[in-house]
Amino acid sequence: MKKMLSMTVNGAPLEVAVHTHATLAEVLRGELGLTGTKVGCGEGDCGACTVLLDGEPVNSCLVLALQAAGRTVTTIEGLSAEGAAAGESLHPVQAAFVEAGAIQCGFCSPGMILSAAALLRRCPDPTEADVRVALSGNLCRCTGYQKIIEATLAAAESLATSHAGDNSDREGGRP
Amino acid sequence: MSNHRILGTRAVRLDAAAKATGRALYTDDITLPGMLHGAILHSPVAHATIKSIDTSKAVALPGVKAVLTAADVPEIPFGVSPARYDERVLARDKVLYVGDEVAAVAAVDLETAREALELIEVEYEPLDIILDARQALAEGAPQIHPMYEGNLSARVEQEFGDVDSARAKATVICSGRLESEMQDGAFLEPQAAIAELDDQGNLTLTTSTQSVHYIQRTVAMVLSMPVGKVRVVKPAVGGGFGPKAACSTMELLTCLLARATHRPVKIAFTREEVFLHSRARHKFIHHMTLGASADGKLLFLDHEALLDGGAYASFGIATVYYAGSLLGGPYKLPSMRYKGTRSVTNKPTCGAQRGHGGVIARALFERLLDEVAEKLGADPVDLRLQNMMEAGDVTCNDLNMSSLGMRECIEAVRDGSGWQEKRGRLPRGRGIGVACGFFVSGAGYPIYRSDTFHSTAEVKLQEDGGTVLVRSAAADIGQGTDTALAMIAAETIGVDLDQVRVISGDTDLSVDLGAYSSRQTLMTGHAVREAAQKVRDQVLEVLAERLGVSMSDLRVEAGLVLPAEGVDLDFATLRTQYTKEHRGWTDNPTDGPLTFREASRLAFLERGTMVATGGYKPPILGGKFKGAAVGTSPAYGCSAQVVELSVDLETGQISVDSVTDAHDCGQAINLTSVEGQMQGSVSMGLCEALFEQVRFDAKGRCLNANLADYKIPTAMDMPKVDCIVVETDEPNGPYGAKEVGEGAIMPTIPAVLNALHDALGARFERLPLTAQQVATALRTGRPVAAESPQPDTKGYCKIDD
Ligand code: FES
Ligand code: FES
Repeated sequence: MKKMLSMTVNGAPLEVAVHTHATLAEVLRGELGLTGTKVGCGEGDCGACTVLLDGEPVNSCLVLALQAAGRTVTTIEGLSAEGAAAGESLHPVQAAFVEAGAIQCGFCSPGMILSAAALLRRCPDPTEADVRVALSGNLCRCTGYQKIIEATLAAAESLATSHAGDNSDREGGRP
Repeated sequence: MSNHRILGTRAVRLDAAAKATGRALYTDDITLPGMLHGAILHSPVAHATIKSIDTSKAVALPGVKAVLTAADVPEIPFGVSPARYDERVLARDKVLYVGDEVAAVAAVDLETAREALELIEVEYEPLDIILDARQALAEGAPQIHPMYEGNLSARVEQEFGDVDSARAKATVICSGRLESEMQDGAFLEPQAAIAELDDQGNLTLTTSTQSVHYIQRTVAMVLSMPVGKVRVVKPAVGGGFGPKAACSTMELLTCLLARATHRPVKIAFTREEVFLHSRARHKFIHHMTLGASADGKLLFLDHEALLDGGAYASFGIATVYYAGSLLGGPYKLPSMRYKGTRSVTNKPTCGAQRGHGGVIARALFERLLDEVAEKLGADPVDLRLQNMMEAGDVTCNDLNMSSLGMRECIEAVRDGSGWQEKRGRLPRGRGIGVACGFFVSGAGYPIYRSDTFHSTAEVKLQEDGGTVLVRSAAADIGQGTDTALAMIAAETIGVDLDQVRVISGDTDLSVDLGAYSSRQTLMTGHAVREAAQKVRDQVLEVLAERLGVSMSDLRVEAGLVLPAEGVDLDFATLRTQYTKEHRGWTDNPTDGPLTFREASRLAFLERGTMVATGGYKPPILGGKFKGAAVGTSPAYGCSAQVVELSVDLETGQISVDSVTDAHDCGQAINLTSVEGQMQGSVSMGLCEALFEQVRFDAKGRCLNANLADYKIPTAMDMPKVDCIVVETDEPNGPYGAKEVGEGAIMPTIPAVLNALHDALGARFERLPLTAQQVATALRTGRPVAAESPQPDTKGYCKIDD
């Protein structure tokens, strides 16, 4: 059985007919073509499918699409579109991941980057331990995490610099 | 050490931005018009004959477009090495493990396909199950696979030098065992494939693979098609680590379903299927005896190994050879005897995984080295240094260490970790350990016997002259090959990295054996370098002709064509010609030296497309004995690590506090990627040492086929890894480069074992080193013993239901 679902995805309100049992990950990837959200397990274990739901990271493979009704979803595609500074194509967290070599196979990267972005919004000046905790739900088999952690800390610094004298919340995702 | 412009720098990877924004496409992200979805029916039982299969209900389900069973698919056997082609697309009379493929369905959507699987009725008659390699080899055990009498998948017997007389001379002899458990690849992207046929009967398979070449050959062979009509393409791949190197039943079924339905078909594994398909690290049992003279010279190694192979051979024959051959170095070892056995069992098939075959063998060998050092009263680092081979040395099994920065590596980790202050001085419960290891930079021979080039590549200058296009079938599966190849092309031609584009991972582009045995930097790198050199020379030839000078009067640097030292040249007419070609363009160069872009455009105007190919094939390597091919390589990377850890003396929980890691990769191409490979290797090794283990129940069902119960490291588990990149000049590598992707895992497990001994005074014999195991050892005073690699003398015992 299908039902109409209204939600805001990457800043744009939309309506889509979804199966009642469809997960948010399925709808984002299948119906909306937002394949930047990856599915590594479909069981809530790997974090590859992380998206921001009202700004909070969730495993979209565990969330029913209908649970997103009336809420705001930010996927990796939206992070770059909404979050980048003028003239840049990448959000500071994305830029830091690219620069630090935190991306190898890249399958964990969209989820990892969103978790990192959510952390930095909540906690703009995290310690290394804060970063490790915040990213502990996102598995990465390639990197051993070190460059991911370095990238997140570097992003915190670059956000702090760019936010000095500019209080607007650029990361997007919040209503 | 080098005066390169591009090599050895920290380049941002070509694919990084696309992956950071979610734009990079992996196989399962691709949807084709009219595409069907496939699903596979796996055997729920570990060993049984198939009495009957009834697909009528599935066929009748609306939306189902094809149902295949063994009767509908080619009978042609396939596998990895031709002598062991032991797999069929679908099980005919017998299933050999929980997960064996029995039927496949293509339907309009995944839901329907899965529903159809449930409607297929299969009647099984259960057979005795053997889940233990020692029992499989015992007298009287029932035969699992028709090809393997006595459940013997492979046996290796080798002796180099005279072990018995060396033993008679040895004063210090240490022997011991190590038993590991089966590991999973646990790459984040589950395998997926999409097949489509065009109207001329050409097949395109898009798949999450490490080797488009091997898949192309296998698909062509099984579907009885000309190789040239099969195109295999690899989009972005979410890690592989070995298990994605061999052609899978799933890839073949995707093609067969596309053929049956005349529509594109996609199959994507679930995470559970990744575990069932496996092809990951074997369970190993090693027993070794290592002897040395009174003054600390290693004299011999006597080694026996047993590998639990699971149902089929896959890469396992190479695995059992590697388990022996990779102990020939990096120490001077005059004699070595090896008996390796691989058995068939009713479990998922094991194959190649990072550090192929050598990881557990290396772990025990390095643990025994520490024991020898202890008996001699020597420092473990000093004993290793004393016996270390030098560049140019050849091992007793004919592996040539053409470059070897092993000494620099071990000295670097000794000095970088504070070894001298800490070794033997840490309080009980804390320990420090060291180990070394090395690995091939590309297997010396392909997996099928052939004189083929291992890598060919094409470098083309786009007609505008400004872009260098590298085309190769090499597989970037996350390790950064595309960027490394671009860097090699840029360095060779003399242009900047942003002028180079790479397209890769497609059998239409070149022949390349793919991403396994850490081969692409060296082998594909050679091919790209050769092609780049040729194409650059083509341009310089035209230019030299126009200027009436010789090619050696010209050089290309930073994208500019410059006169050679001491030569005076006037490029004005060339510039004028180029500018006239581009009237109205706003970016025409006006002053300054001639750019390579201009030169290359002018060369195109005169001669047509500037394109060249390069190829690489290793020289004949290794000895003449049986199995001599496995372990040969044009070059070897090597590494040393020091691990510092703490043990909770109550719970037995080990936490690794720091790792100091040095690796000799020859000339580093991309320093950032080198470190990435080192850190990734350490993370895989540490967790194999501490907690990874695929578990089965008595019926052969996997108990932890998911990423919650099968633990891989999280950001909380990983210590800081201090990376020291040691560079040597490898004579057989392009620009002196060699591997880093697998050698870097070799020292990790033994360094943990040796650190644990330093912490607790006990030599552990079983992996993983779970808290439970350590706690038991703390309580009882001794670690749990490993099994012997010999067949179970109690004989095969029937497992009751
Ligand atoms: S795909 Fe959602 S947690 Fe793994
Ligand atoms: S980069 Fe491959 S899983 Fe993280």
